[in-house]
Amino acid sequence: MGKSETIILDEAAISRALTRIAHEILEHNHGTENVVLVGIRTGGDHLALYLQKRLQDIEGVTIPLGTVDITMYRDDLASRGSLPVGKTDIPFPLDGKRIILVDDVLYTGRTIRAAMDALMDIGRPRNIQLAVLIDRGHRELPIRPDFVGRNVPTAASEQVMVHFDDKQLPVEVVLSKP
Amino acid sequence: MAFNHKHILGIEQLSAEDITLILDTAESFKEISLRPIKKVPTLRGKTVINVFFEASTRTRTSFEIAGKRLSADTVNISASTSAVVKGETLEDTARNLEAMKPDIIVMRHSCSGAPHYLAERCDFSVINAGDGAHEHPSQALLDLLTMRQAKGRIDGLIVAIIGDITHSRVARSNVYALVKLGAEVRLCGPGTMLPPGIERLGAKVFNSVDDAVTGADVVMTLRIQQERQGKTMLPSLREYAMFYGINPERLKLAKPDAIVMHPGPMNRGVEISSVVADGPQNVILDQVENGVAVRMALLYLVSGGDKLDQSAQ
Repeated sequence: MGKSETIILDEAAISRALTRIAHEILEHNHGTENVVLVGIRTGGDHLALYLQKRLQDIEGVTIPLGTVDITMYRDDLASRGSLPVGKTDIPFPLDGKRIILVDDVLYTGRTIRAAMDALMDIGRPRNIQLAVLIDRGHRELPIRPDFVGRNVPTAASEQVMVHFDDKQLPVEVVLSKP
Repeated sequence: MAFNHKHILGIEQLSAEDITLILDTAESFKEISLRPIKKVPTLRGKTVINVFFEASTRTRTSFEIAGKRLSADTVNISASTSAVVKGETLEDTARNLEAMKPDIIVMRHSCSGAPHYLAERCDFSVINAGDGAHEHPSQALLDLLTMRQAKGRIDGLIVAIIGDITHSRVARSNVYALVKLGAEVRLCGPGTMLPPGIERLGAKVFNSVDDAVTGADVVMTLRIQQERQGKTMLPSLREYAMFYGINPERLKLAKPDAIVMHPGPMNRGVEISSVVADGPQNVILDQVENGVAVRMALLYLVSGGDKLDQSAQ
């Protein structure tokens, strides 16, 4: 018995979902003033880049883009061993900004907690909004997304993966059962 | 890949992949030191004791700052203020420290192998901050990080290390690390300061400084350690400066974009002239800056928790 895999979103569906999220971000923030995108490594950073392009297409404005690596803020260092630490790269001040924090799959919420702590150590944003491509449930912290591509009910034993091509464009979302 | 070492005792025990992982991790930590709030919670609740049985300003401060930027609790002990002066043995000192449940001991000792001795007997992780004339791994790693930043690579670089090789743990650790990553290492110094057989580590030994420096990408000059040697090794410092010191004329023999490194503290006018030490090719303060990032990486990587195989080293 191997793992069974189902494609839950294909390239076109991902594209439509992200385009809708781009419009929702603009609507919610009444434009792009003080809006910045911050993607969580790795996966969220690729999606944040994609959203930046979409917002550029729609509004003609290039929104500042940063990436955050949460390894230094993990709560499971002792049990996981030392994972490689990626680079956090936020090339603009965060003070007073409306941060759109972007991740690929929202699950327990612990990654988002770590990312918010990381951002708060760098500056004092006006607010942080959460955009995710997939919300698979099973939250362990009181965290909810502001923008969701697709809600996917899952069992804890299942895995949801967003696959990217070599240009870091999302190609499919796969649900695998053990 | 995962880092599988509980201790950092020397470069000798590390693989090329381990060294690259440490440098990559250090690159990621560099940014923290540039923030207005220079602190992340990564090692919150860990206790790091810096035990320095030998004088040190740079290395001890660098380790202390590295620990603090990662939110570890750092405590410093130096030999002059410790029970060592009252006659306590190294093992008893270690046992007493162990009873206070530290997670990491950073140790400098004048005896080669002292950190290894502790690592075999105690529970905590040991990071060697310099043991006698043996190894000084964090210095070599910060040197490699500085070279990699300046040159974009280590593989294929020509690195000339000039000075007292015999007494230099910096040289020994650098030879191990540079050879593992594919650099050409040239060693040169007065005959009394070149240990016989050093070429077995993979370095080339030169009799003439000018030959060693010619075409080099990196010129590293070592401190004449006046505290470690009697008068027998050198007729005079002036003679040393003349024959082995790095001055502008000698530096012209290296590649035009060569960088000049020194592990500090410098004896200006002896192993390095002030013109070179302050010149455009020097990266000496970059080395110090990178030292904090490298030590953060080491503290982080050895803290990998209980999953590490105790027998890994």
